[in-house]
This record gives sequence, structure tokens and C-alpha cells, in this order.
Amino acid sequence: MKLAIWSYEGPPHIGAIRVAAAMEGVHYLIHAPQGDSYADLLLTMIERRRTRPPVTYSSFQSRDLGRDMAALFQRTLRETVDRFRPRLLLVGASCTAELLGDDPGGLARALDLPVPVIALDLPANARKENWGAAETFYQIVRTLADRTLSPPPRNGRRPLCNLLGPTSLGFRHRDDVIEVSRLLEAMGIDVALTAPMGASPEDIKTIGRADFNVVLYPEIAAPAAAWLERTFHQPRIDTVPLGYGATRDFIARVAEVAGVVAPDAMIAGWSNLPWWSRSVDSTYLTGKRVVIFGDTTHAMAAARVATDELGLTVAGLGTYSRECQAVLKAAAQDLGAEALVTDDYLEVEDWIGRLRPELVLGTQMERHIAKRLGIASAVISAPVHVEDFPARYSPQMGFEGANVLFDSWTHPLMRGLEEHLLTMFRDDFEFNDASGPSHLPHAIPFSGTAAGPSSATPSTPAPVWAAEAERELGKIPFFVRGKARRNTEQFANDRGIAVITLGTLYDAKSHFAR
Amino acid sequence: MTVIPVMNEDCASPVADAFRRDVRQERGPRQMFCGLAGLIWLHRKMTDAFFLVVGSRTCAHFLQSAGGVMIFAEPRFATLLLEERDLAGLTDVDDGLDDAVARILKRRPDVRQIYLVGSCPSEVIKLDLSRAARRLTSTYHPRVTVRHYAASGLDTVFTRGEDACLAAIARDLPDAAPGARASLIVLGALPDIVEDQFRRLFDALGIGPVSFLPGKRQGSLPGVGRATRLLLAQPFLAETTRILEARGALRLPAPYPIGVEGTSLWLKAAADAWAVDAGRFDAVTAPGRERGIRALEGHAALLRQRRIFLFPDSELEIPLARFLSRELGMTVIEAGTPYLHRTLMDAELSLLPDGIPLTEGQDVDRQLDRCRAARPDLVLCGLGLANPLEAVGLTTKWSIELIFSPIHGYEQAGDLAQLFSRPMTRMTALDFGR
Ligand code: SF4
Repeated sequence: MKLAIWSYEGPPHIGAIRVAAAMEGVHYLIHAPQGDSYADLLLTMIERRRTRPPVTYSSFQSRDLGRDMAALFQRTLRETVDRFRPRLLLVGASCTAELLGDDPGGLARALDLPVPVIALDLPANARKENWGAAETFYQIVRTLADRTLSPPPRNGRRPLCNLLGPTSLGFRHRDDVIEVSRLLEAMGIDVALTAPMGASPEDIKTIGRADFNVVLYPEIAAPAAAWLERTFHQPRIDTVPLGYGATRDFIARVAEVAGVVAPDAMIAGWSNLPWWSRSVDSTYLTGKRVVIFGDTTHAMAAARVATDELGLTVAGLGTYSRECQAVLKAAAQDLGAEALVTDDYLEVEDWIGRLRPELVLGTQMERHIAKRLGIASAVISAPVHVEDFPARYSPQMGFEGANVLFDSWTHPLMRGLEEHLLTMFRDDFEFNDASGPSHLPHAIPFSGTAAGPSSATPSTPAPVWAAEAERELGKIPFFVRGKARRNTEQFANDRGIAVITLGTLYDAKSHFAR
Repeated sequence: MTVIPVMNEDCASPVADAFRRDVRQERGPRQMFCGLAGLIWLHRKMTDAFFLVVGSRTCAHFLQSAGGVMIFAEPRFATLLLEERDLAGLTDVDDGLDDAVARILKRRPDVRQIYLVGSCPSEVIKLDLSRAARRLTSTYHPRVTVRHYAASGLDTVFTRGEDACLAAIARDLPDAAPGARASLIVLGALPDIVEDQFRRLFDALGIGPVSFLPGKRQGSLPGVGRATRLLLAQPFLAETTRILEARGALRLPAPYPIGVEGTSLWLKAAADAWAVDAGRFDAVTAPGRERGIRALEGHAALLRQRRIFLFPDSELEIPLARFLSRELGMTVIEAGTPYLHRTLMDAELSLLPDGIPLTEGQDVDRQLDRCRAARPDLVLCGLGLANPLEAVGLTTKWSIELIFSPIHGYEQAGDLAQLFSRPMTRMTALDFGR
């Protein structure tokens, strides 16, 4: 048993819904109690989808348990096929149906329906959402792909690729697809098929015609891409173009696999990120401590952008997807960051509270934590929220994506110039640190002045500050004051110093300056 | 029924026998929440309660998806996920529950009552959560009381989760002292502001002692016995009512306090039981009635003769259909309800204008066909259906807001009407050029 206050992933059938709802001509019948139909609102409310998701819930009740269940499911199956006339039907069990031991696949096969049926076997209690999406996509590709196809002879034609992984409810998938397609177009490469998003069963049949596959979201497309590589010998590109450097790596890798030469201007980069990061106003970013948490792909990419492209210091790097934890742990070690692999929100909360970063890059849940701790934050990964579907074009991938990362991560922080002015006019009655950054609606007092969680973590009694030392602390620019306070307290604690004097403060300063 | 002056006299004559009505029965795929939803508003109302759902990742995901939008503070609910080993009976579920409860109480020392909430998975594997609740109560007594109720999607729809929770409390109410004088229990979670308004009205009418269930905090539970009178503020409390009736309480039949008329008749039921004379009743209720009627006027002008379709969801649909047709002059094309409890709906049905088609249960696609074919001016429906209906040009109102907003009583009648008129106003206000 596991206590969950918030969870990072839904059950695996939610992953299957994300795949089905992204495609055309597919319907998914879930053997489930009526309450599981809540999933529709994720699509209609969070993603603002205009049509009902192509999902039907058999809606069984207590009184149906036992003999009636098979009949109920089969009746629903027939009516669903009649009404929606899907060109591919997915059937599967929810957690409850799985416990009851019903077999939706067997019941569907017994009906001899006029439509291809894939019975999804998604262990509801052992697996989670991303796994469910990956398994569903893999089953669809495996079942539908026409194995007699191969890429047409090259003869001077443009290379063809498949773009794999975007689904409904993905974090910025809609815009990433546009951005990456533009990059490929600029390189003279055609996208033969994007899947699951926008693909029909007929499109999937032709998946073998492409020269290679681009895996945008390994969490969802890796198993399908591996199978395609084995079956069709399609090379796969799993360099994910998240960040400026990663986008250039992506371009280089695509050029190599596709046998094309990327235009020079493109290689030189179409992104403002490098210059924005070089320009002097960004100096303030140097060494700001950041904690990163998300799915593995987004978290790893964010760590690279944060370190190499923004000059931040990664204090913590974590993921809720256990699948690729080894890679992430290694990356964290390289960065000297504390790694965390967990899907326990409470653990993440403790971790962030302990690391006390100046910026949190995470999911909506970490945004919550950061808000409570008074720390700046930006969202970099699913699970999504209605705010993660902005009206404007806002990709994360490619060069435009790098611009978006720069803006959305640095905006919540205090601007460089603003910080300097604040230091200079510290005694001005309105222009002081308690007013917080001018561009944030609710002036959040920054780390130094926030009633931080130090008081809430009673592990070691905090040493007392002598009045003189406290006054001196007040003279330290507030944006490093929190750090100075923490370091000094830690220094005092380590040495069993109960009262922090002016001397302790400067001893600590020189200690940490080493 | 006595016609009090506030009763709307312009509307169609009520059918004499509510039981004569034809009700379409539908069974098919549904688009409704399960009873777990109840804890989303109950945990805001019961400020020292924590709700621990024993269920699956689906249950946790549901609560997060449906509740996430409404939660601004750290929620006082969580899910204890049953993992493969628990389902296979390889673990001691008691240990898991003990740990979870200990962890919760450590994190939230302000918690005084914990509800172990059963779900579909816990019901299917027949976990005995009532026994666990008793055991935990004896561990934490007297600081914390632990109760159990089931709110699975196999047996409950949406608001019936509140019924199941209140039923658990109802079982725990102390016996009233023998010979105790008449007392009133108002059933159903109401926002504090509404509760206070009703309390003032009951006081002014000389009705009392009055208690509200659920209360804000554990402790001071009202006694129940033969002198207890029940007044239901919400229509979906069948099981709670049954338990309290079995313990001697007498239900005062009335429509629900929705709209000016409903509120008057509801208060009147209590006033009659306390033999309040007509003059006093009139004097006490007149200011509220007048304010309520005035507040409805502007909305009625917008809504009169507009056609509305109500999808089944909260079980408030029939009282709403009565209010919308009688007080705002709307035409109800269809009123769906997840269940139709004839006894608890009797007073409502006898006010409901004849000829309003009622549907019990749901076959969501057929119902959508009827709705789209009728092209109503306004549709009341759940969150899963609203945007797809908007996208085909219909105007909608989310039914969930009826549960989260104060809508009961005189002072809220205008706000309730506004929930329906605002989407219409918005449609007129938007102009995207050619
Ligand atoms: S319908 Fe059942 S399984 Fe689904 S969320 Fe509700 S209680 Fe959990």
C-alpha cells in the first residue's frame, strides 16, 4: 500500500486514452464502472478538445456483477461499433474490471466484429500512464504496419521520416510537432507520418515507407521505434531537440542519418538563447541554484540547458519515471546534483525543501511546492494543467523552443538590473526587497526574507543570531541573504555554536568562499 | 399542500399524483462521476476531517483531476493505493492502514476525524474497512474518530458519496435523551454562509434546537430519537434519511430550498412541525422572499421561455427543473437524474409542471442525440460534455458548479439564476467580427 496525495501519472488506461484520442478513426471501449468516465474531462477541459473523446465506458454497476457482465460488455461493444464506425477498435479493462477477471479481448473476439480489434493488456495496478501509452502505441503499430512496405528508392527524392510519440495531453506536444516539422522541412526532409497525433489506422499501415524515425518522446514511442528498427531496419533518432545545444545535436544526427547537409544558417542557430544568455543582464543567472524534476526526457534536457546554456547550478535532478533512472542518476552525479527517483510527492516536497533552490523546474506539482516555499518556478514536464495549453504558439523543442525555455525559466526570477537597483536603493521605502519583483503579481518575498521551511524542519535547533550579526546580515543583498543565512547557520550547527556573532558570520563567509 | 402567498401562481397546474408521471429509464454507457467526488466538497466543509480513499491509481487520478481545479490549499484527502501484493493478499492491509493514518496525523495534527473511503477495488476484494475503522478509533480515541463509508462507482453516483459519508455519521449519532423536546436536524453539506442564514431564520421562527449535518467539526454531534425532525437540504440523502428514520427521526416532507418558492415551502415544513403561526412565518420570511424575488427579476427576463436540457449528474436536476420552470419561466426539454427516489422527490414532483420529460439513468450517446436534435438554448451538463456541446453551437452550464457554489435559500436565489443566465449573457457579449 502506498500513500498518494498527488500522483504524477494516471493508470495505464489513461495512457491508452491519450493515444486513442490523438488519432483519427480509432475508438476505445473500456470495461469500467461509470465513474471512470471522468477521464473525458481531461481532454475536454484541460486540452479544450472540441469533440467528445473517442472513448466509451461500459459503466457496469454492482447489480451487473456476475452473469450479466459479459452481455453488458458485448452489447456496449456492438452499439459502439454501430454508432462510431471506428476503423480500429481498442478494448481493455480498467482496474476494477481487471480485478473481476473479465476478459474484454476474448469477449470482443467472440463477436466477430467488422473492424480490427486490439485487446490491450495493461496491468492496472502494476503499470502507469506512460507505460500504457507506450504499450498501446506499440500494439497499434505492430498490428497495423504493412510489413511488405519499404522506403521507395532514393533516386534524388527527399528523405522521409516518421515523427513518433506526440499524444493528447502531452506537455506542448502540439507545438513541438510543428517546430520539429519546420526544422526537418528546412533540412529538405519530409515528414511521412506523425503518430499517434493525427494519424489514422490507414496512415499507420504505411509506417514502413519512411527512411528513419524521429523519437520525440521516448517515454511513449521508444518500444514502437525499437520494433520498427528491428522489423523495417529504420534507424531511429533519439536525440531529443530540447534546448539549443540539443537541437544542434539533433540537426547533426538527422543530417547524418538522412544523408543531407543542413544549411549553414541553420547550424549557426536560429535561436536568441545564446545571445540572451551571454548579454550582461543575464549575469545574475550565474550559479543560481535550480532543482529539476519531471519525466526523464524533460528533466535530463532541462539539466543540460540549465547548466550549459544558462549557467545555473543544478542542485537536484529527479524524475518520477523509474524506467530510465540509471541515466538520470549518472547525469546527476556528473553535475554534482542530488538525484531523486520517486513518484511520491511527499518525498519530492522534502527534497526541494531541503535543497532550497532559487528556481524549481518541475511539473505542476512542484510549482505548487515552490509557491508554498516562496521560490520561483516554471513548468517543464507533464502531468499537465490547463495552463500548459496556452493559446499562443509555445513549443519546448527546436530553436523556438529554446527561446521559450529562456523566457519561461528566467521570467519568474528577479531581473538582473532589478536586483542591482534593489541593492543600491535598499533603504528606499517602496523599492525594497519586501516588495518583491515588480513583474510578479503577488510580491513573493524572496528566499532570504521568506518564512522559509527552516522553521518547519525541526531536526536541529537553529542557532540564535546576535543582534549585531543579524543587522549585518540585513546589509547583505537580499538575493544572496537567504544563502548566507543558511550557510552561516549550518556552519554554526556543525561547530556547535549556539549564538551567531559577527565573527561567526564572517568565519562562515570565509569558510564557504574557499 | 397549503398554498402560501409566495407560491408561484402563474405556472402550469401541478400534477395531482406525482407517481403517475412517466419516467424514461435508460441503461447504457454513462458520463458521470462516482461517489468519491463527494469528499472534494466535504473536506472543505468538515474542517477537521481527512478522507483516505483506499483504492487504485484510477481513484487517485480521478480525485486529482476533478478536485485539482477546486483546491487552493493542501487537500485533506489522499489515496492509499492498493498494489499488486495487497490485491493478491500477500500483505497485511492493517499495517498499511496504520502506517498511513499515523503519517497523516503527523502531518496534519489538526485532524480529528478520518474517513476510510471504500472504492471499487476495495469493494471487489472485500476489504473490511469498517473493522479497520473501529480498530483505529480505539487506537486514537478520544483525539481522533475513524469512520468508514463506501463511495465506489459500482454503487454510487457523484453526490451519493455525501450520502454515504453522512450515513456513516448518522450511525454514530448518540441517542437523544428520553423525553427530549423536539429538535431539528438539517441534512446536507451547505456552505457556512447559507447555514448561518438558515440558522437565523429558524431562530426568528422559534424553531429549535437546530443542528446541521455535517457540521464543521467533529464533536457536538446531535442526539437522535423520536423527537428528532429531519429537514433535507439536499435531495440525494436517501441512505442517511433511512438510517435516521430507523432511529426514530421523522422526515418533514418538503421541496428542497432551491429558489424562493422552494425555500419558503421548505421553511414552512419546519414551521408547521413547530406550529409557528402564519403571521409570524410571513413576517419572518417576507424580507428574504422579497429580496429573492427582486434578485430573480433581471435573470428571468433573460431566461423566460428559453429552452433548457438537463443532463443527469448531481440529483439536483428535478428541483432545478422546478425552479427554472416555475420561477424563471424556462421550458425544460428534458430533466435527467441518475436516480429517482420517489419518496424524497414527491414534494418536488407535485410542483413540477406536467409534461416535462424525466429520464432516470443514462445512455449518454442517445441522450446527446436527443439534446442536439432539440437544439436547446442552454444545457446543464458535466465537465466532460460541456466543451463538445459548445463546439456544436450550444450554450452550456457545468453542473458541478451547483455543488460548489452557494445556491440554497432566499439570498442565493439570484446567484443560482445567474449561474444559468451568465452563459447566455456571455454568448451575446462575444463578438468576433465577421
Ligand atoms: S469508479 Fe471506482 S475505480 Fe473509478 S475512481 Fe470511482 S471508485 Fe475508483
